[in-house]
Formats: sequence, structure tokens, C-alpha cells
Amino acid sequence: MDKNTIQEQLKEIIAVYVPEKEILDNLTLEYDLINDLKINSAHIVDIVLDVEEKYDIMIEDDAIMQMGTIGQAIDIIHGKVLEK
Amino acid sequence: MINNRVVITGIGVVAPNAVGAADFEKALKEGRSGIRFFEESQALNFRCQIAGKPLITENYKALYFNDYYQNKLDNNAIIYACLAGFEAWENAGLTHNQDQIDFDSGMIIGSGALGLDGSNHAVFSKILAGNNKRLGSRAIPESMSSGAAAYLNKILGLGNRILSNSSACITGTESILLGYEYLKLGKAKRMLCGSTEGDGIFIWGAFDAMRILASDSNKDPTNGSRPMCVSSVGFVPGSGSGAMVLETLESAQSRGAKIYAEILGADVNSGGLRDGGSMTAPNSNAVVHCMKNSLREAKVASNEIDLINGHLTGTKGDSTEIKNWKKALGGAQDKFPLINTPKSMIGHCIAGAGSIELVATLIQMEKSFVHGNYNIKKVNPDITAEIPLERIPMKTLQKEINTAIKANFGFGDLNCSIVLRKWKDG
Repeated sequence: MDKNTIQEQLKEIIAVYVPEKEILDNLTLEYDLINDLKINSAHIVDIVLDVEEKYDIMIEDDAIMQMGTIGQAIDIIHGKVLEK
Repeated sequence: MINNRVVITGIGVVAPNAVGAADFEKALKEGRSGIRFFEESQALNFRCQIAGKPLITENYKALYFNDYYQNKLDNNAIIYACLAGFEAWENAGLTHNQDQIDFDSGMIIGSGALGLDGSNHAVFSKILAGNNKRLGSRAIPESMSSGAAAYLNKILGLGNRILSNSSACITGTESILLGYEYLKLGKAKRMLCGSTEGDGIFIWGAFDAMRILASDSNKDPTNGSRPMCVSSVGFVPGSGSGAMVLETLESAQSRGAKIYAEILGADVNSGGLRDGGSMTAPNSNAVVHCMKNSLREAKVASNEIDLINGHLTGTKGDSTEIKNWKKALGGAQDKFPLINTPKSMIGHCIAGAGSIELVATLIQMEKSFVHGNYNIKKVNPDITAEIPLERIPMKTLQKEINTAIKANFGFGDLNCSIVLRKWKDG
């Protein structure tokens, strides 16, 4: 699975947690989930659960801490999918 | 001391037989039942396998909810409270703003067994399976007793007192009383008040174990809830939420709001689990005391009352309740007012009951009718020994209701009574 596909799917997963949907229109890899997308920090764990279910992978707690930006989240998911 | 007059300017409801105040009016008039059979209750060997549960469509949710609330909220009690509360707020002609906090408005949204809602099944299962890591962030907010108010206030952004009372079956009436007292004191301009109860096997199963539910109507669900009927064998559990906007008269008039009714008086007390009162049964002396106190505060005489909205669950307690009403109103049989309860249609909605039933009272006041007490084959003779049969309408009557009194009684020997008067301009 390539990173572009993951980016599109991740955008769908996070959309429900993003209060201002317009921001998603110009989503780039540099966008920070909490600071730029204004996602409530409590929902990061919900996003991880949704991602784990979608890709049938496990993301460890330290990896969660590294999911600051969209790009970092895609890298982590991509790595886990390749390991399967 | 500030002693504001307090009025009701908005209503909202999610009930087993109707969702939204407009449909609830129709349902009350036509005697629509919201009681259904539940296969899961049968599979789990419950004696009572029927219950009242609101039917909420995704389209209805979409009227009020953003995609997060629509797709992620699981707890039924919270969903019902958010829908009823938001409806009441809009019905009062009030708006909300993503960026502003309204410090003049607060809310009191009570709940009963919010953590026992069926949606918690998944939470318990994951923890028991050693998978608590997979719970996500909603397990606590959706099971904390203040959860309904918290989620509702994420929508409305109110900045005054946000309180979640919990007082068993008086929770709903008490939430209105608390808002009324707070506004009288001048602590806020508006309080969104109401209550909610969820549903599912944990709540129903636990009540079923007490042998107090109607177990004779699993094949005939809509006839299961029969308050005041000689054949009543127990109550039918229900769920849902009622909400109303309470406002100081000054605030309501200054913004030209439509006013449904004024709250003239209210009282809450306890029988102390003494003198006949227990965990499950009220002390009648305390009940009468509570009813009388609310009338005294309201400065309303018994003969002014047009309608009693009773607690009347469909248990042995119904005839005791009638005796207590009669005593509180002075004991004259021929002057006893009309009495009804929507429980034949919606069951006993536990903590949600008081607020849903008060919304029913307000609708009857506004639209000048008294809905029927349905499902009665023959009125319990212990009741007709106390009051004339014709004071128990069995179908909807057209009638102007100016003054009404409402009471509920709850586990823990708690009583709450409220007196309302229809608002007439000028």
C-alpha cells in the first residue's frame, strides 16, 4: 500500500475529529494534528484505535507520541503495514 | 432577597412513543404506545421482556448533531439528553455560538443510571478481556454522571452553573425545581433543565430482579403499562429525556420570548426511609407534606387545580398515591381534579420520567387538552373508593388547563412536587 493511499484514508479517519472541516481541503504532510487541525488531544487515542482497526495493525504507545504531523502518522502506519 | 418570577420558554423531548415536542403532542392525543418486545430480554430470561425505548432516526440526529456526535456518541442517555436539550434551547428561540460563552445561562441535566446504559457493554467486555487499551477516550465522559450535561454543553457553550443531579425517579422534576430556585435567587437569567435515562439489559435486568416490572405482557407489549388498572402487576421500564428552558420573567419578556407557563411553587423532600418509607416505597406523610408545601409556596388553593400529572407507575403504589393526593388537596372527593400520566404509553422512564412528563403537562396546557390514561380495563377499586371515576380520563378530552400540579417519587424515599400555571399575555 502506497503512502498516497494511506494519506487519503487517514484524511477520512480523522475528519470526524476535526472541528473545522475546511482545514481538510488543503491538508499537507506538515499539518500538526493538534496545533493545526485543532484535534482535541484526547482524540489522538481514538484516531489510533480507528487506524489499528482499519489496517489491522498495532501501534505501540511510544509510536503514538511520534504521531505529531500527518506525515509522521503516515510513516508510522506505512511501516506497520509493511511489517505485516 | 431577590425573588424573581420564573417561567418556561422552551421544551424538548425524546420519548419512547415520539421524538420531538410536535410529534409527542400527536402521540399523547392519539394514545400511541412506545412499548415494544425485546428479544435480548427474552434470551436472558428476564421476566419482563418489554420496554419503552425511543426510536431515533439518523435523519433526526442530523438535525442537531455534527458528524462526531452523530457517528461516535454511544451512550443512549447522553444522546437523548443532547437531542431534547438542544430542541428545548432552539424552541425557546435561543441561539448558540461556536466562539462565545453565555455566562447568563446554565444547565441542570440529571441522570439515573447513566453508567448502566446498554452501550457500556462494550466497555465492560474490553476491560474484562484485558483490552482496556482499546477503549478510546469516550468511556469516562460517556459514563460519568455529569456526562449528559457535558456533551450537551459542548454544543451550547453555557457558562453559568452546569449541574447534574441524580435522585432516582424524581431526578427530572428535581432538575426543574433546582433551576427554578436558582433563577429565583437571581444567579442566572436562564437555566436549561431536564433529565435523561438510557436503556438496555443492565438497567432492565436489574429492575427485573426486584420483581417490580410488568411480567404478564410479553406477548402483548402495548398493554403492559396499566397505571391505575385493577390488573396492574408492575411497571414497564422506559427511557428518554425531557428538557425545558427556565427563565426569569424579566429575561423572557425583555427578549419577547413565547412563555408556556410560570412555575408558581415547588418542593422536594424525603421521608427519611422511616414511618412507612423505605428504599423503594415512599413515606406517605412526607409525600403529602411535599405536595402541600408546593401548593403553599404557589399560593394555589386545591380547587384551582385543573390537572394532576401523577407519578402512577402501574404498581401497588398507585392507590396509595391517589390517597395521598386526596389528602394533600383537602380530602374532598367531589372536588378532586382530573388526573393522568403518560406512563401507559411510554412506561416509567426512571430518571427521565419527571422531565418527560412535565413536557407532556406543558403541551396539554398550551394546546388545551388532557390526554387519556390508556390500557385501563377496570380502575382499581381502591382508587374509585377515593375519587370519582370520571376524574380519570381514558381518552383525550378537550379542556383548558390553567393550573397543574406534578409530582414524582423516587427510590431512597424522595419526593418532588411542582405547581405550574399557564401563561396568559397581559
